[in-house]
Amino acid sequence: MSAAARRAFVPNWWARAAWVAFALYVLYAASQLEFTPARFLAGIEHGAKFVARLFPPDLSRLALLAKGMAESLQIAVLASVLGVLISAPLALAAARNLMPAWATWPARAVMVLCRSFHPVIVAILFVKAVGFGALAGILALTVASVGFLGKLMTEAIEEISLKQVEAVRATGAPFASLVTYAVLPQVFSRLVGFVSYETDANLRNSTMVGIVGAGGIGGTLFAAFQRFDYDFVCTIVLTIIALIMAGEVLTVRVKRVFRA
Amino acid sequence: MTTGAPAASAADPRRPTAEAPALRIRGLVKAYVPGTPVLRGIDLDFAPRGITAIIGPSGTGKSTLIRCINRLVEPTAGEILFEGQDLTRLRGAALRLARRHIGMVFQEYNLVERLTVMENLLCGRLGYVTPLNAWLRRYPPRDVERAFELLDTVGLGPHAHARADSLSGGQRQRVGIARAVMQEPRLLLADEPTSSLDPKTSVEIMALVAALSEKHGFPVIINIHNVALAKRFAGRIVGMTGGRVVYDGAPEAITDAHLQTIYGGEDWLH
Repeated sequence: MSAAARRAFVPNWWARAAWVAFALYVLYAASQLEFTPARFLAGIEHGAKFVARLFPPDLSRLALLAKGMAESLQIAVLASVLGVLISAPLALAAARNLMPAWATWPARAVMVLCRSFHPVIVAILFVKAVGFGALAGILALTVASVGFLGKLMTEAIEEISLKQVEAVRATGAPFASLVTYAVLPQVFSRLVGFVSYETDANLRNSTMVGIVGAGGIGGTLFAAFQRFDYDFVCTIVLTIIALIMAGEVLTVRVKRVFRA
Repeated sequence: MTTGAPAASAADPRRPTAEAPALRIRGLVKAYVPGTPVLRGIDLDFAPRGITAIIGPSGTGKSTLIRCINRLVEPTAGEILFEGQDLTRLRGAALRLARRHIGMVFQEYNLVERLTVMENLLCGRLGYVTPLNAWLRRYPPRDVERAFELLDTVGLGPHAHARADSLSGGQRQRVGIARAVMQEPRLLLADEPTSSLDPKTSVEIMALVAALSEKHGFPVIINIHNVALAKRFAGRIVGMTGGRVVYDGAPEAITDAHLQTIYGGEDWLH
Protein backbone atom coordinates (compact mmCIF):
# COMPACT_ATOMS: atom_id res chain seq x y z
CA MET A 1 0.00 0.00 0.00
CA SER A 2 1.40 3.42 -0.93
CA ALA A 3 2.16 6.11 1.65
CA ALA A 4 -0.66 8.35 0.35
CA ALA A 5 -3.28 5.63 0.72
CA ARG A 6 -2.33 5.07 4.37
CA ARG A 7 -2.99 8.67 5.48
CA ALA A 8 -5.72 8.69 8.14
CA PHE A 9 -7.16 12.07 7.10
CA VAL A 10 -7.40 13.06 3.47
CA PRO A 11 -7.20 16.86 3.01
CA ASN A 12 -10.27 18.26 1.28
CA TRP A 13 -8.83 21.15 -0.78
CA TRP A 14 -12.24 22.13 -2.15
CA ALA A 15 -13.64 22.59 1.37
CA ARG A 16 -10.59 24.64 2.42
CA ALA A 17 -10.91 26.88 -0.65
CA ALA A 18 -14.62 27.37 0.11
CA TRP A 19 -13.84 28.48 3.68
CA VAL A 20 -11.25 30.98 2.45
CA ALA A 21 -13.68 32.35 -0.14
CA PHE A 22 -16.37 32.70 2.54
CA ALA A 23 -14.01 34.64 4.86
CA LEU A 24 -13.02 36.97 2.00
CA TYR A 25 -16.69 37.62 1.21
CA VAL A 26 -17.45 38.57 4.84
CA LEU A 27 -14.61 41.14 4.76
CA TYR A 28 -15.82 42.46 1.39
CA ALA A 29 -19.42 42.84 2.60
CA ALA A 30 -18.23 44.71 5.72
CA SER A 31 -16.19 47.15 3.60
CA GLN A 32 -19.10 47.73 1.15
CA LEU A 33 -21.55 48.62 3.92
CA GLU A 34 -19.10 50.94 5.76
CA PHE A 35 -19.35 48.75 8.82
CA THR A 36 -16.53 50.53 10.68
CA PRO A 37 -15.67 50.83 14.38
CA ALA A 38 -15.93 54.65 14.22
CA ARG A 39 -19.56 54.53 13.02
CA PHE A 40 -20.38 51.89 15.61
CA LEU A 41 -19.02 54.06 18.44
CA ALA A 42 -20.99 57.11 17.20
CA GLY A 43 -24.09 54.94 17.11
CA ILE A 44 -23.64 53.88 20.72
CA GLU A 45 -23.58 57.57 21.73
CA HIS A 46 -26.89 58.25 19.90
CA GLY A 47 -28.32 55.14 21.47
CA ALA A 48 -27.37 56.34 24.97
CA LYS A 49 -29.21 59.65 24.40
CA PHE A 50 -32.28 57.76 23.18
CA VAL A 51 -32.27 55.42 26.16
CA ALA A 52 -32.02 58.40 28.51
CA ARG A 53 -35.17 59.90 26.98
CA LEU A 54 -37.13 56.67 27.50
CA PHE A 55 -37.32 57.25 31.23
CA PRO A 56 -39.43 57.75 33.17
CA PRO A 57 -42.19 55.86 31.27
CA ASP A 58 -45.28 57.92 30.45
CA LEU A 59 -48.31 56.44 32.23
CA SER A 60 -50.82 59.09 31.18
CA ARG A 61 -52.29 57.32 28.15
CA LEU A 62 -53.15 53.93 29.60
CA ALA A 63 -56.57 53.75 27.87
CA LEU A 64 -54.91 54.05 24.46
CA LEU A 65 -52.33 51.45 25.49
CA ALA A 66 -54.97 49.01 26.76
CA LYS A 67 -57.04 49.33 23.59
CA GLY A 68 -54.02 48.62 21.37
CA MET A 69 -52.80 45.70 23.49
CA ALA A 70 -56.26 44.12 23.63
CA GLU A 71 -56.48 44.32 19.84
CA SER A 72 -53.02 42.74 19.44
CA LEU A 73 -54.00 39.91 21.76
CA GLN A 74 -57.18 39.29 19.80
CA ILE A 75 -55.28 39.29 16.51
CA ALA A 76 -52.78 36.77 17.88
CA VAL A 77 -55.41 34.40 19.30
CA LEU A 78 -57.70 34.51 16.25
CA ALA A 79 -54.79 34.05 13.84
CA SER A 80 -53.54 31.06 15.84
CA VAL A 81 -56.97 29.41 15.93
CA LEU A 82 -57.54 29.96 12.21
CA GLY A 83 -53.97 28.82 11.53
CA VAL A 84 -54.51 25.51 13.34
CA LEU A 85 -57.87 24.91 11.65
CA ILE A 86 -56.37 25.41 8.20
CA SER A 87 -52.93 23.89 8.68
CA ALA A 88 -54.01 20.60 10.35
CA PRO A 89 -55.87 19.18 7.32
CA LEU A 90 -53.25 20.72 5.04
CA ALA A 91 -50.44 18.97 6.94
CA LEU A 92 -52.28 15.65 6.70
CA ALA A 93 -52.60 16.13 2.94
CA ALA A 94 -48.90 17.00 2.70
CA ALA A 95 -47.58 13.98 4.64
CA ARG A 96 -45.72 11.79 2.14
CA ASN A 97 -46.04 8.65 4.27
CA LEU A 98 -49.86 8.74 4.19
CA MET A 99 -50.81 10.54 0.99
CA PRO A 100 -50.09 10.06 -2.71
CA ALA A 101 -47.99 12.59 -4.61
CA TRP A 102 -50.99 14.31 -6.20
CA ALA A 103 -52.09 15.40 -2.71
CA THR A 104 -48.74 16.20 -1.13
CA TRP A 105 -47.37 18.52 -3.82
CA PRO A 106 -50.25 21.04 -3.91
CA ALA A 107 -50.41 21.05 -0.09
CA ARG A 108 -46.68 21.66 0.13
CA ALA A 109 -46.88 24.41 -2.49
CA VAL A 110 -49.51 26.25 -0.41
CA MET A 111 -47.31 26.02 2.70
CA VAL A 112 -44.21 27.25 0.90
CA LEU A 113 -46.19 30.16 -0.52
CA CYS A 114 -47.45 31.03 2.98
CA ARG A 115 -43.88 31.02 4.32
CA SER A 116 -42.35 32.93 1.41
CA PHE A 117 -42.91 36.43 2.79
CA HIS A 118 -42.42 38.04 6.14
CA PRO A 119 -45.73 38.63 7.97
CA VAL A 120 -45.26 42.42 7.64
CA ILE A 121 -45.11 42.17 3.84
CA VAL A 122 -48.19 39.94 3.85
CA ALA A 123 -49.86 42.48 6.17
CA ILE A 124 -49.17 45.27 3.64
CA LEU A 125 -50.89 43.17 0.95
CA PHE A 126 -53.92 42.56 3.19
CA VAL A 127 -54.17 46.23 4.17
CA LYS A 128 -54.39 47.01 0.45
CA ALA A 129 -56.98 44.25 0.01
CA VAL A 130 -59.30 44.65 3.02
CA GLY A 131 -58.35 48.10 4.31
CA PHE A 132 -56.75 49.34 7.53
CA GLY A 133 -57.54 47.55 10.78
CA ALA A 134 -57.33 44.33 12.71
CA LEU A 135 -58.84 42.15 9.95
CA ALA A 136 -55.74 42.68 7.80
CA GLY A 137 -53.54 41.73 10.76
CA ILE A 138 -55.55 38.59 11.51
CA LEU A 139 -55.36 37.45 7.89
CA ALA A 140 -51.65 38.21 7.60
CA LEU A 141 -50.76 36.24 10.75
CA THR A 142 -53.10 33.41 9.74
CA VAL A 143 -51.11 33.06 6.53
CA ALA A 144 -47.86 33.00 8.51
CA SER A 145 -49.30 30.43 10.96
CA VAL A 146 -50.48 28.14 8.16
CA GLY A 147 -47.02 28.17 6.60
CA PHE A 148 -45.17 27.55 9.83
CA LEU A 149 -47.57 25.13 11.59
CA GLY A 150 -48.21 23.28 8.34
CA LYS A 151 -44.53 22.57 7.83
CA LEU A 152 -43.90 21.44 11.42
CA MET A 153 -47.06 19.32 11.57
CA THR A 154 -46.19 17.68 8.25
CA GLU A 155 -42.76 16.75 9.55
CA ALA A 156 -44.26 15.40 12.77
CA ILE A 157 -46.72 13.24 10.83
CA GLU A 158 -43.97 11.96 8.56
CA GLU A 159 -41.97 10.81 11.59
CA ILE A 160 -44.70 8.64 13.15
CA SER A 161 -44.33 4.89 13.51
CA LEU A 162 -46.06 3.27 10.54
CA LYS A 163 -46.30 0.00 12.47
CA GLN A 164 -49.08 1.48 14.56
CA VAL A 165 -50.79 2.75 11.41
CA GLU A 166 -50.43 -0.67 9.77
CA ALA A 167 -52.07 -2.38 12.74
CA VAL A 168 -55.06 -0.04 12.76
CA ARG A 169 -55.36 -0.28 8.96
CA ALA A 170 -55.44 -4.09 9.30
CA THR A 171 -58.60 -3.86 11.44
CA GLY A 172 -60.52 -2.46 8.47
CA ALA A 173 -60.73 1.03 9.97
CA PRO A 174 -61.87 3.80 7.61
CA PHE A 175 -59.28 6.49 6.84
CA ALA A 176 -60.79 9.07 9.20
CA SER A 177 -60.60 6.61 12.11
CA LEU A 178 -57.06 5.72 11.08
CA VAL A 179 -56.15 9.39 11.48
CA THR A 180 -57.81 9.82 14.87
CA TYR A 181 -56.57 6.50 16.32
CA ALA A 182 -53.17 5.84 14.74
CA VAL A 183 -51.86 9.25 13.64
CA LEU A 184 -53.24 11.83 16.07
CA PRO A 185 -52.13 10.06 19.29
CA GLN A 186 -48.58 9.87 17.94
CA VAL A 187 -48.32 13.57 17.11
CA PHE A 188 -50.69 15.26 19.56
CA SER A 189 -48.22 16.31 22.25
CA ARG A 190 -45.89 17.73 19.61
CA LEU A 191 -48.78 19.61 18.02
CA VAL A 192 -49.53 21.25 21.36
CA GLY A 193 -45.90 22.37 21.47
CA PHE A 194 -46.00 23.77 17.93
CA VAL A 195 -49.27 25.60 18.48
CA SER A 196 -48.10 27.21 21.71
CA TYR A 197 -44.87 28.28 19.97
CA GLU A 198 -46.82 29.72 17.05
CA THR A 199 -49.18 31.56 19.41
CA ASP A 200 -46.10 33.06 21.06
CA ALA A 201 -44.77 34.14 17.65
CA ASN A 202 -48.17 35.56 16.69
CA LEU A 203 -48.25 37.54 19.93
CA ARG A 204 -44.93 39.17 19.02
CA ASN A 205 -45.87 39.71 15.38
CA SER A 206 -49.29 41.12 16.31
CA THR A 207 -47.49 43.99 18.03
CA MET A 208 -45.69 44.70 14.75
CA VAL A 209 -48.26 44.46 11.95
CA GLY A 210 -49.82 47.67 13.28
CA ILE A 211 -46.81 49.58 11.87
CA VAL A 212 -48.23 49.03 8.38
CA GLY A 213 -51.80 49.72 9.52
CA ALA A 214 -52.98 46.17 10.17
CA GLY A 215 -54.27 46.82 13.69
CA GLY A 216 -52.95 46.27 17.20
CA ILE A 217 -50.51 48.11 19.44
CA GLY A 218 -47.95 48.47 16.61
CA GLY A 219 -49.73 51.48 15.13
CA THR A 220 -49.69 53.27 18.47
CA LEU A 221 -46.03 52.39 18.98
CA PHE A 222 -45.06 53.67 15.54
CA ALA A 223 -46.99 56.93 16.05
CA ALA A 224 -45.24 57.49 19.39
CA PHE A 225 -41.87 57.00 17.70
CA GLN A 226 -42.77 59.47 14.96
CA ARG A 227 -43.77 62.13 17.53
CA PHE A 228 -40.60 61.52 19.63
CA ASP A 229 -42.82 60.48 22.58
CA TYR A 230 -40.05 58.19 23.77
CA ASP A 231 -41.44 57.96 27.30
CA PHE A 232 -44.70 56.56 25.91
CA VAL A 233 -42.67 54.24 23.65
CA CYS A 234 -41.06 52.96 26.86
CA THR A 235 -44.45 52.20 28.41
CA ILE A 236 -45.60 50.34 25.30
CA VAL A 237 -42.37 48.34 25.02
CA LEU A 238 -42.49 47.31 28.70
CA THR A 239 -46.12 46.24 28.32
CA ILE A 240 -45.25 44.14 25.26
CA ILE A 241 -42.43 42.47 27.20
CA ALA A 242 -44.84 41.73 30.05
CA LEU A 243 -47.37 40.26 27.61
CA ILE A 244 -44.78 38.01 25.95
CA MET A 245 -43.57 36.82 29.37
CA ALA A 246 -47.12 36.08 30.50
CA GLY A 247 -47.62 34.15 27.26
CA GLU A 248 -44.45 32.16 27.95
CA VAL A 249 -45.64 31.19 31.43
CA LEU A 250 -49.02 30.19 30.02
CA THR A 251 -47.57 28.02 27.23
CA VAL A 252 -45.33 26.20 29.71
CA ARG A 253 -48.42 25.42 31.78
CA VAL A 254 -50.43 24.30 28.76
CA LYS A 255 -47.65 22.02 27.54
CA ARG A 256 -47.33 20.46 30.99
CA VAL A 257 -51.05 19.65 31.01
CA PHE A 258 -50.85 17.86 27.63
CA ARG A 259 -47.52 16.11 28.14
CA ALA A 260 -49.04 13.20 30.07
CA MET B 1 -55.59 -19.11 31.19
CA THR B 2 -53.57 -22.29 30.94
CA THR B 3 -50.06 -22.53 29.67
CA GLY B 4 -50.05 -26.29 29.19
CA ALA B 5 -49.50 -27.30 25.58
CA PRO B 6 -51.19 -30.48 24.47
CA ALA B 7 -49.28 -32.38 21.84
CA ALA B 8 -50.88 -32.38 18.43
CA SER B 9 -52.77 -35.62 17.86
CA ALA B 10 -55.31 -36.97 15.43
CA ALA B 11 -58.19 -35.89 17.69
CA ASP B 12 -56.70 -32.45 18.25
CA PRO B 13 -59.30 -29.77 17.43
CA ARG B 14 -56.45 -27.51 16.25
CA ARG B 15 -55.63 -29.92 13.47
CA PRO B 16 -57.03 -28.60 10.17
CA THR B 17 -60.10 -30.52 9.08
CA ALA B 18 -61.21 -31.75 5.69
CA GLU B 19 -63.99 -29.14 5.44
CA ALA B 20 -64.13 -26.72 2.52
CA PRO B 21 -61.21 -24.29 2.85
CA ALA B 22 -61.84 -20.86 4.39
CA LEU B 23 -58.88 -19.43 2.53
CA ARG B 24 -57.59 -20.57 -0.84
CA ILE B 25 -54.41 -19.09 -2.29
CA ARG B 26 -53.69 -19.72 -5.96
CA GLY B 27 -50.55 -18.75 -7.91
CA LEU B 28 -49.65 -15.94 -5.52
CA VAL B 29 -46.66 -13.91 -6.73
CA LYS B 30 -45.22 -10.82 -5.13
CA ALA B 31 -42.29 -8.89 -6.58
CA TYR B 32 -41.38 -5.67 -4.73
CA VAL B 33 -38.87 -5.04 -7.52
CA PRO B 34 -40.14 -6.13 -10.95
CA GLY B 35 -38.33 -9.26 -12.09
CA THR B 36 -37.16 -10.41 -8.65
CA PRO B 37 -40.16 -12.03 -7.00
CA VAL B 38 -40.19 -12.69 -3.25
CA LEU B 39 -43.12 -15.08 -3.56
CA ARG B 40 -42.81 -17.32 -6.61
CA GLY B 41 -46.26 -18.82 -7.01
CA ILE B 42 -47.85 -19.98 -3.76
CA ASP B 43 -50.77 -22.43 -3.75
CA LEU B 44 -52.22 -23.14 -0.31
CA ASP B 45 -55.60 -23.99 1.19
CA PHE B 46 -56.49 -23.26 4.79
CA ALA B 47 -59.27 -25.04 6.63
CA PRO B 48 -61.85 -23.05 8.64
CA ARG B 49 -60.32 -24.28 11.89
CA GLY B 50 -56.90 -25.11 13.27
CA ILE B 51 -53.48 -23.55 13.50
CA THR B 52 -51.11 -23.57 10.54
CA ALA B 53 -47.51 -22.57 11.21
CA ILE B 54 -45.38 -21.20 8.39
CA ILE B 55 -41.67 -21.74 8.96
CA GLY B 56 -38.71 -20.74 6.87
CA PRO B 57 -35.54 -18.66 6.86
CA SER B 58 -35.60 -14.86 7.19
CA GLY B 59 -36.30 -13.06 3.93
CA THR B 60 -38.11 -15.97 2.35
CA GLY B 61 -41.40 -14.12 2.08
CA LYS B 62 -43.36 -15.41 5.10
CA SER B 63 -44.29 -11.89 6.22
CA THR B 64 -45.05 -10.91 2.64
CA LEU B 65 -47.36 -13.90 2.27
CA ILE B 66 -49.31 -13.02 5.39
CA ARG B 67 -49.52 -9.34 4.44
CA CYS B 68 -50.76 -10.20 0.95
CA ILE B 69 -53.75 -11.93 2.53
CA ASN B 70 -55.06 -8.76 4.21
CA ARG B 71 -53.56 -6.57 1.49
CA LEU B 72 -51.16 -4.62 3.68
CA VAL B 73 -48.91 -5.65 0.78
CA GLU B 74 -50.27 -5.60 -2.78
CA PRO B 75 -49.90 -8.99 -4.51
CA THR B 76 -48.36 -8.86 -7.96
CA ALA B 77 -50.32 -11.81 -9.33
CA GLY B 78 -52.55 -14.64 -8.16
CA GLU B 79 -55.80 -15.13 -6.33
CA ILE B 80 -56.63 -15.11 -2.62
CA LEU B 81 -60.12 -16.46 -2.08
CA PHE B 82 -61.48 -15.80 1.42
CA GLU B 83 -64.96 -17.25 1.96
CA GLY B 84 -65.37 -17.30 -1.79
CA GLN B 85 -64.34 -13.66 -2.36
CA ASP B 86 -61.12 -12.77 -4.24
CA LEU B 87 -59.35 -10.42 -1.84
CA THR B 88 -56.85 -9.31 -4.49
CA ARG B 89 -59.60 -7.57 -6.46
CA LEU B 90 -61.14 -5.60 -3.58
CA ARG B 91 -60.82 -1.84 -3.34
CA GLY B 92 -61.86 0.90 -0.92
CA ALA B 93 -64.84 0.11 1.29
CA ALA B 94 -65.09 -3.52 0.12
CA LEU B 95 -61.47 -4.11 1.14
CA ARG B 96 -62.09 -2.53 4.57
CA LEU B 97 -65.17 -4.71 5.08
CA ALA B 98 -63.11 -7.81 4.28
CA ARG B 99 -60.29 -6.69 6.61
CA ARG B 100 -62.74 -6.39 9.52
CA HIS B 101 -62.98 -10.18 9.57
CA ILE B 102 -59.23 -10.81 9.37
CA GLY B 103 -57.39 -10.15 12.64
CA MET B 104 -53.66 -9.60 12.71
CA VAL B 105 -51.03 -9.96 15.43
CA PHE B 106 -47.59 -8.44 14.91
CA GLN B 107 -44.02 -9.24 15.96
CA GLU B 108 -43.57 -5.87 17.64
CA TYR B 109 -47.18 -5.78 18.87
CA ASN B 110 -47.89 -2.54 16.92
CA LEU B 111 -50.10 -1.12 19.65
CA VAL B 112 -50.87 2.59 19.53
CA GLU B 113 -48.43 3.46 22.30
CA ARG B 114 -50.09 6.61 23.55
CA LEU B 115 -53.58 5.16 23.77
CA THR B 116 -54.84 3.17 26.73
CA VAL B 117 -55.17 -0.60 26.71
CA MET B 118 -58.94 -0.26 26.39
CA GLU B 119 -58.61 2.17 23.45
CA ASN B 120 -56.24 -0.27 21.76
CA LEU B 121 -58.72 -3.09 22.21
CA LEU B 122 -61.52 -0.97 20.78
CA CYS B 123 -59.30 -0.29 17.75
CA GLY B 124 -60.45 -3.77 16.79
CA ARG B 125 -63.97 -2.34 16.40
CA LEU B 126 -62.97 0.62 14.19
CA GLY B 127 -64.19 -1.23 11.12
CA TYR B 128 -67.65 -1.42 12.67
CA VAL B 129 -68.23 2.09 14.13
CA THR B 130 -68.41 5.40 12.28
CA PRO B 131 -65.33 7.66 12.43
CA LEU B 132 -67.28 10.30 14.39
CA ASN B 133 -68.44 7.83 17.04
CA ALA B 134 -64.92 6.37 17.21
CA TRP B 135 -63.41 9.83 17.69
CA LEU B 136 -65.92 10.67 20.42
CA ARG B 137 -65.24 7.24 21.98
CA ARG B 138 -68.90 6.25 21.62
CA TYR B 139 -68.88 2.49 21.22
CA PRO B 140 -71.86 0.14 21.53
CA PRO B 141 -72.08 -1.10 25.17
CA ARG B 142 -71.77 -4.65 23.81
CA ASP B 143 -68.31 -3.85 22.38
CA VAL B 144 -67.11 -2.35 25.65
CA GLU B 145 -68.43 -5.32 27.63
CA ARG B 146 -66.71 -7.71 25.24
CA ALA B 147 -63.47 -5.76 25.58
CA PHE B 148 -63.54 -6.09 29.37
CA GLU B 149 -64.29 -9.81 29.10
CA LEU B 150 -61.41 -10.29 26.68
CA LEU B 151 -59.08 -8.31 28.92
CA ASP B 152 -59.93 -10.71 31.75
CA THR B 153 -59.37 -13.66 29.42
CA VAL B 154 -55.88 -12.48 28.50
CA GLY B 155 -55.16 -11.66 32.15
CA LEU B 156 -54.98 -7.87 31.87
CA GLY B 157 -58.23 -6.94 33.58
CA PRO B 158 -56.70 -4.39 35.97
CA HIS B 159 -54.73 -2.64 33.19
CA ALA B 160 -57.69 -1.38 31.13
CA HIS B 161 -56.79 2.27 31.64
CA ALA B 162 -53.01 1.95 31.58
CA ARG B 163 -51.24 3.44 28.59
CA ALA B 164 -50.04 0.78 26.15
CA ASP B 165 -46.42 1.95 26.38
CA SER B 166 -46.38 1.24 30.13
CA LEU B 167 -46.80 -2.52 29.59
CA SER B 168 -44.17 -5.24 29.27
CA GLY B 169 -43.59 -7.11 26.00
CA GLY B 170 -45.70 -10.11 26.95
CA GLN B 171 -48.51 -7.88 28.20
CA ARG B 172 -48.41 -5.85 25.01
CA GLN B 173 -48.71 -8.94 22.87
CA ARG B 174 -51.72 -10.01 24.92
CA VAL B 175 -53.30 -6.65 24.12
CA GLY B 176 -52.37 -7.15 20.46
CA ILE B 177 -54.10 -10.53 20.45
CA ALA B 178 -57.14 -9.18 22.29
CA ARG B 179 -57.37 -6.34 19.74
CA ALA B 180 -57.41 -8.85 16.89
CA VAL B 181 -60.04 -11.01 18.62
CA MET B 182 -62.18 -7.89 19.21
CA GLN B 183 -62.66 -7.83 15.44
CA GLU B 184 -64.61 -11.10 15.73
CA PRO B 185 -62.22 -12.46 13.13
CA ARG B 186 -62.97 -15.36 10.83
CA LEU B 187 -59.22 -15.67 10.23
CA LEU B 188 -56.29 -14.67 12.42
CA LEU B 189 -52.91 -13.84 10.91
CA ALA B 190 -49.90 -13.75 13.22
CA ASP B 191 -46.54 -12.47 12.01
CA GLU B 192 -43.76 -13.74 14.29
CA PRO B 193 -45.86 -13.06 17.41
CA THR B 194 -43.27 -14.53 19.78
CA SER B 195 -39.99 -13.41 18.21
CA SER B 196 -39.60 -10.42 20.55
CA LEU B 197 -40.48 -12.41 23.67
CA ASP B 198 -38.62 -14.63 26.13
CA PRO B 199 -39.11 -18.43 25.85
CA LYS B 200 -41.60 -18.74 28.72
CA THR B 201 -43.71 -15.82 27.55
CA SER B 202 -43.56 -17.18 23.99
CA VAL B 203 -45.17 -20.43 25.10
CA GLU B 204 -47.83 -18.54 27.07
CA ILE B 205 -48.65 -16.37 24.06
CA MET B 206 -48.90 -19.39 21.75
CA ALA B 207 -51.14 -21.17 24.27
CA LEU B 208 -53.34 -18.07 24.45
CA VAL B 209 -53.68 -17.93 20.67
CA ALA B 210 -54.49 -21.64 20.57
CA ALA B 211 -57.11 -21.31 23.32
CA LEU B 212 -58.80 -18.31 21.68
CA SER B 213 -58.74 -20.01 18.27
CA GLU B 214 -60.52 -23.00 19.74
CA LYS B 215 -62.99 -20.97 21.81
CA HIS B 216 -64.03 -18.58 19.04
CA GLY B 217 -63.54 -21.03 16.18
CA PHE B 218 -61.29 -19.08 13.84
CA PRO B 219 -58.36 -20.54 11.88
CA VAL B 220 -54.87 -19.15 12.57
CA ILE B 221 -51.98 -18.71 10.15
CA ILE B 222 -48.83 -18.04 12.09
CA ASN B 223 -45.33 -17.17 10.89
CA ILE B 224 -42.85 -18.50 13.37
CA HIS B 225 -39.10 -18.96 13.61
CA ASN B 226 -39.15 -21.39 16.48
CA VAL B 227 -39.64 -24.88 14.98
CA ALA B 228 -40.20 -26.48 18.40
CA LEU B 229 -43.02 -24.04 19.17
CA ALA B 230 -44.50 -24.62 15.74
CA LYS B 231 -44.51 -28.39 16.25
CA ARG B 232 -46.00 -28.03 19.72
CA PHE B 233 -48.95 -25.79 18.83
CA ALA B 234 -49.70 -26.14 15.13
CA GLY B 235 -51.76 -28.85 13.53
CA ARG B 236 -50.06 -28.29 10.19
CA ILE B 237 -46.69 -26.92 9.16
CA VAL B 238 -45.89 -25.18 5.91
CA GLY B 239 -42.16 -24.86 5.18
CA MET B 240 -41.05 -22.14 2.80
CA THR B 241 -37.75 -21.37 1.21
CA GLY B 242 -36.81 -19.07 -1.64
CA GLY B 243 -40.38 -17.88 -2.04
CA ARG B 244 -41.83 -21.38 -2.56
CA VAL B 245 -43.59 -23.95 -0.40
CA VAL B 246 -41.24 -26.91 0.10
CA TYR B 247 -43.06 -28.72 2.93
CA ASP B 248 -46.73 -28.94 3.74
CA GLY B 249 -47.88 -31.53 6.23
CA ALA B 250 -48.24 -32.70 9.79
CA PRO B 251 -45.83 -31.41 12.44
CA GLU B 252 -44.84 -34.90 13.55
CA ALA B 253 -43.93 -35.87 9.98
CA ILE B 254 -41.30 -33.16 9.62
CA THR B 255 -37.77 -34.56 9.63
CA ASP B 256 -34.23 -33.19 9.77
CA ALA B 257 -34.07 -33.71 6.01
CA HIS B 258 -37.08 -31.44 5.60
CA LEU B 259 -35.53 -28.84 7.87
CA GLN B 260 -32.33 -28.97 5.82
CA THR B 261 -34.35 -28.33 2.66
CA ILE B 262 -36.14 -25.42 4.33
CA TYR B 263 -33.24 -23.72 6.07
CA GLY B 264 -30.22 -25.12 4.20
CA GLY B 265 -27.06 -26.47 5.82
CA GLU B 266 -27.06 -29.04 8.59
CA ASP B 267 -24.54 -27.96 11.25
CA TRP B 268 -27.23 -25.97 13.11
CA LEU B 269 -29.36 -29.09 13.56
CA HIS B 270 -26.89 -30.82 15.88
